[in-house]
Amino acid sequence: MIPAPFDYVRPATVDEALRALADGGEDAKILAGGQSLIPVMRLRLAAPSVVVDLTRVAELRGVREDGDALVIGAMTTHSDVVSDPLIAQHAPLIAQATETVADRQVRHRGTFGGALAHADPAGDLPAVALALDAEFVIAGPAGRRTVPAREFFVDYLTTALAEDEILVEIRVPKLAGQWGMHYEKFNRVAQAWSIVAVAAAVRREDGHIAEARIGLTNMGPTPLRATATEQALAGVAAGADAIAGAAAHAAEGTAPSDDLNAKADYREHLARVLTRRAVAAAAGLPA
Amino acid sequence: MTQISVRVDGASYTDDVEPRTLLVHYLREHLGKVGTVVGCDTSNCGACTVHLDGEAVKSCTVLAVQADGSEVTTIEGISGGDGAQDGSLHPMQKAFHEMHGLQCGYCTPGMIMASIDLVADNPDPSEHEVREGIEGNLCRCTGYQNIVRAVQQAAAEMRGSAPAAPDTLGAQA
Repeated sequence: MIPAPFDYVRPATVDEALRALADGGEDAKILAGGQSLIPVMRLRLAAPSVVVDLTRVAELRGVREDGDALVIGAMTTHSDVVSDPLIAQHAPLIAQATETVADRQVRHRGTFGGALAHADPAGDLPAVALALDAEFVIAGPAGRRTVPAREFFVDYLTTALAEDEILVEIRVPKLAGQWGMHYEKFNRVAQAWSIVAVAAAVRREDGHIAEARIGLTNMGPTPLRATATEQALAGVAAGADAIAGAAAHAAEGTAPSDDLNAKADYREHLARVLTRRAVAAAAGLPA
Repeated sequence: MTQISVRVDGASYTDDVEPRTLLVHYLREHLGKVGTVVGCDTSNCGACTVHLDGEAVKSCTVLAVQADGSEVTTIEGISGGDGAQDGSLHPMQKAFHEMHGLQCGYCTPGMIMASIDLVADNPDPSEHEVREGIEGNLCRCTGYQNIVRAVQQAAAEMRGSAPAAPDTLGAQA
């Protein structure tokens, strides 16, 4: 299958890209790595009249430090995320989850920001961004604004990005203290989407879990935090029983779908099991 | 139409293409590089894998216009010498041949291009790492067993250690 015809624009800067988007009107679409957009265009599920390709916007690539935050350019490829030393040091959860995304060919093209802006509920990176309290820096005609992860993911494939805006970078707070992190993913075959996955970051203090942040993948139209489990974990002794007890609440407040891969109640079961494993691994205990 | 300039397997081309032209269609239909095949057309199977600026990509999921100014290597460009017919195969090609890492052969161009990319990153992959490394490539014939053996044998040759003696698999002519 071949996409429907479109005009192609390849800006070199964010400002040029914003102008191209404004000129393109409501049928313009941003092309990041293209690993989700090109397949849906081939299937004619999307037929934008203008495609604005960000591949050559150099300022959108790369990872840097800015005080207490790690700043990841939206067009940084998954491959570059996986091998980045700053991410390995400050947010290994991101690298661990990114390594499970699709396959190596797709990771060479696909981008961190593209995956977040696409906001597929089965995508791995939105739940990670949510668990780490990331902030999204968005450029638009009126300037830049910053949106917290809790407000960025609005609905199924829908984010806080307006049609004339571009996701520029993602700011991830560096975590202070003794944090462990783990991404636990369940799918059936290689390169498949997550049926359910759990991103956990746990801070230990004197043998206790001082704080836990848990993001859930594919337990609703947007990524979710396992708030009841997080609350149940705060301050408990880091042991298998306490973690299992807290993880039993992981599906509370979720709204998973029924589909070919799993029924909703099975997804709830998976959320509890995977949360137990993810938290135990993040706390340095055997799963 | 948009004009692009690309180097493919060492030769330079300048062509006008429609923006919607997929890289794999440009390679096959404009340049006649039919060694790269279309398998699934849904970004799953990896049969169309080529190297774009040295990295393995699925050429059905890249637009030809995105390759403008880039270097593309296909399965047709990896053997030694011009159109070598004579046994100067790339070590990965040679290993797939020797270890019988194929049956129908349709997935083979993509398997070889993905495997070369894997070995460039990880010169001595374990069996598990090979299986993970080629997860983006589907083979419906072999069950992957001999493909994994082939990749490990090629990796050994490419890093300069003595290649493992081919097992007697009873499958070679």
